[in-house]
Amino acid sequence: MTLLDVQDLTVDFGDGPVVDGLSLSLEPGDRVGIIGESGSGKSLTALSIIGLAPDSATVTGSVRWNGEELLGRSDRDLSELRGDDITMVFQNPLNSLNPVMRVGRQVAEPLRLHQRLSRGTAAARAVELLDQVGLPDPANTSRAFPHQLSGGQRQRVGIAIALACQPALLIADEPTTALDVTVQAGVLQLLRDLIADRGTALLFITHDVALVSGITDRLLVMRRGLVVEEGPTTEVVTAPRHDYTVELIAAARATALDEEERVG
Amino acid sequence: MTTFDATASAAPLLEARGVTRDFPLPRRALFAPRPVRHALRGVDLDLAAGASLGIVGESGSGKTTLVRILLGLDRATAGTVTFQGRDVRPGSPRALRWLRRDLQIVLQDPASSLDPRQRVGSIVAEPLVCLDIDEDHDARIDEVLVAVGLEPAMRDRYPHEFSGGQQQRIAIARAIAPRPRVLVGDEPVSALDVSVRAQILDLLAALADEHQLALILVSHDLGVVRYLCDDVMVLHAGEVVERGPSVAVLGDPQDDYTRQLVSAVPRLPPNLMGEVE
Amino acid sequence: MRRIVRILWRTWPGRIGAVLSSVMVVSALVSLVWTPYDPKRVNPGERWLPVSRDHWFGTDGGGQDLFSQVLAGARTTLTVAVLSVFIAAVIGLVLGVLSAITPRWVGEALAHVIDVLIALPTLILALVLVAALGGSVWTISLAIGFASGVVLARVVKAEVARVLTQDYVLAASAAGSSTLRTVIRHVLPNIAPVVIVQLSLVAALAVLAEAALSFLGLTPISTPSWGRMLEELQQSASVHPWAIVFPGLAVVAATLGFNLVGDGLRDAIDPRLRSRVALPTLDLAGTVNQGPNR
Repeated sequence: MTLLDVQDLTVDFGDGPVVDGLSLSLEPGDRVGIIGESGSGKSLTALSIIGLAPDSATVTGSVRWNGEELLGRSDRDLSELRGDDITMVFQNPLNSLNPVMRVGRQVAEPLRLHQRLSRGTAAARAVELLDQVGLPDPANTSRAFPHQLSGGQRQRVGIAIALACQPALLIADEPTTALDVTVQAGVLQLLRDLIADRGTALLFITHDVALVSGITDRLLVMRRGLVVEEGPTTEVVTAPRHDYTVELIAAARATALDEEERVG
Repeated sequence: MTTFDATASAAPLLEARGVTRDFPLPRRALFAPRPVRHALRGVDLDLAAGASLGIVGESGSGKTTLVRILLGLDRATAGTVTFQGRDVRPGSPRALRWLRRDLQIVLQDPASSLDPRQRVGSIVAEPLVCLDIDEDHDARIDEVLVAVGLEPAMRDRYPHEFSGGQQQRIAIARAIAPRPRVLVGDEPVSALDVSVRAQILDLLAALADEHQLALILVSHDLGVVRYLCDDVMVLHAGEVVERGPSVAVLGDPQDDYTRQLVSAVPRLPPNLMGEVE
Repeated sequence: MRRIVRILWRTWPGRIGAVLSSVMVVSALVSLVWTPYDPKRVNPGERWLPVSRDHWFGTDGGGQDLFSQVLAGARTTLTVAVLSVFIAAVIGLVLGVLSAITPRWVGEALAHVIDVLIALPTLILALVLVAALGGSVWTISLAIGFASGVVLARVVKAEVARVLTQDYVLAASAAGSSTLRTVIRHVLPNIAPVVIVQLSLVAALAVLAEAALSFLGLTPISTPSWGRMLEELQQSASVHPWAIVFPGLAVVAATLGFNLVGDGLRDAIDPRLRSRVALPTLDLAGTVNQGPNR
């Protein structure tokens, strides 16, 4: 059974579609990337899949999760899925973490909500998770507030929250864009390792071509709401076919450090 | 990259020696000495006319602090900054006019660096008005708009009517209007789409070439620095850990931190399509 | 002005507010040149006449035409509203801007002074001023304007502080702009939307305050006023209940009108201009904004 089957997804705010007839399918364990520039509709696609598109948007098409249709389902129904089977990691960890709640409690929250763990069990599990995402001294860190952690640490907390309930699909929307390059490398590696260990499927959304080629097997290129090219990541990046993709990859190469220049 | 004859200029245009900046932090204990954050520790910098220097660093490296000090917006705790032989020290806008005429800046976020309530023409003319530049402002506005690849007719529109790349061009037009000798770019392309970045960098390079502008590019993006700058200096925790020609430093880093930085940058798989320009 | 009307027309509250306020302004202006009868003319023979084609609102205990009095009263109310808004704007902007741009200690001290002044109740202040300087349109407006002005100063200070963090202010400094020029050319136009909304609420407050103060008898008898009409008619309200309805409705309509204008404008500024999704919006510059990143 296909894990996620999106057919002809269209999102419209009344002024023309911002996502225009997008189709995409994911099997368990797949790692798919969506790449696009601003205005391409990539973030909106992700949000629409889990029913978090703004109220003013009209979403049509079909989004099937394990065969069940998600579009049109009530928020209540979808809330059961979110955080449990399908989870999301956002771009800015400062905004996506509650500033007045301790980090450990935020990680424990999905566990308490979806797995009905007791407070003590959930807290202990949260500490375990913080350890798995590579945070030092996890017991003490779980008592910290988000502002007491660095950007990279906050993003690791975000990943811990996302993986707490062992989701089948993790959607990452520009998860490392706000981070320093050295921190980004660490967080990306963490993500790679964790989803490999658990067999989690990944939908990775970014504008960074080099980044996406390191963590996905399949790639969709979006432009103004349309998917202009699709295929195995390496193929799309090394031998793009659509004009826009060619342009995009060329621009990325211009300001990138080449493969040949890698040291060590 | 620049065809300007570098050997003709002997003395550096902009010079910084031993620049240190400490920030006192709130006291922890009543009688303990105040902890201090050393944002910059003895940084040296030389910029010759027509040169292009990249300042690379992650967050907390001190690069923003350094730029502020170079622009006279902050006072160094120790060390000196001189521009064309004159001391650069923070002061009233009037006292710093001499510096502002020759040293201009382009900021990271084009949307917020342009006053949303002013028309483009007025925005671009601002330095001409404030610095009391004696020339036909209208003609100069047209001239710089064309120089950055826009049309003179755009002067009557508002910033939000333009795309991010165009807005940044407007910001660049504003910066070059007073004919400065040095242009500082503080992450000038980081907020722009990838496809637009190279265009803006090319524009900066062309302008630098044509007007013998010296460039300082502050960025966390090594690829961008390598594309535009002949030389680079790497900042880490307030210190310059490595400096030299960009291709050398970024291709074969000697310092550990620089090595770490370079290897952390995600790479693209090799191009199978033939020559990409 | 045209843009403001356009923005107001988009929502129902805005529409109603625009209509009510316009009616009030028109009444005030019309009363300068024409009223059906002289509002002050006493005519004992025509006391307590009901609503009719001769007297649209009827007459009061002195035979004075109610409609003419309401029209004339609009003039006073509008004058107080305009003066109060003007005084509040000057005080609010000057104090607010100063406390935001002056160096640390001065700015903070000024902010504390403003906070203390906010604690002064508006009407008590008005009573004190009237006692000291005599009741008149000017003293009432001064009191209301001052009290509202200090509240506005707080809002202005926060907005100015926000604008000062924007890159275009830094860019202006880099271009050599002096502090005064930056404030006038960059700060003021960008805080204008918020200030306009606040001022419309000051106008609403002024209407109520003026009615209350003249009800208490603090305005000179020669000045026509809704508040005083209410006071006079209140005494006979048990016998002639209809008369008092008209000035009452006038006060309600004017207050509501200005309040709704404030609401209608407020809806147009904050959320849309700062929305992250690419929705086309109409901002106060009257031009279509495609949202960020387009």
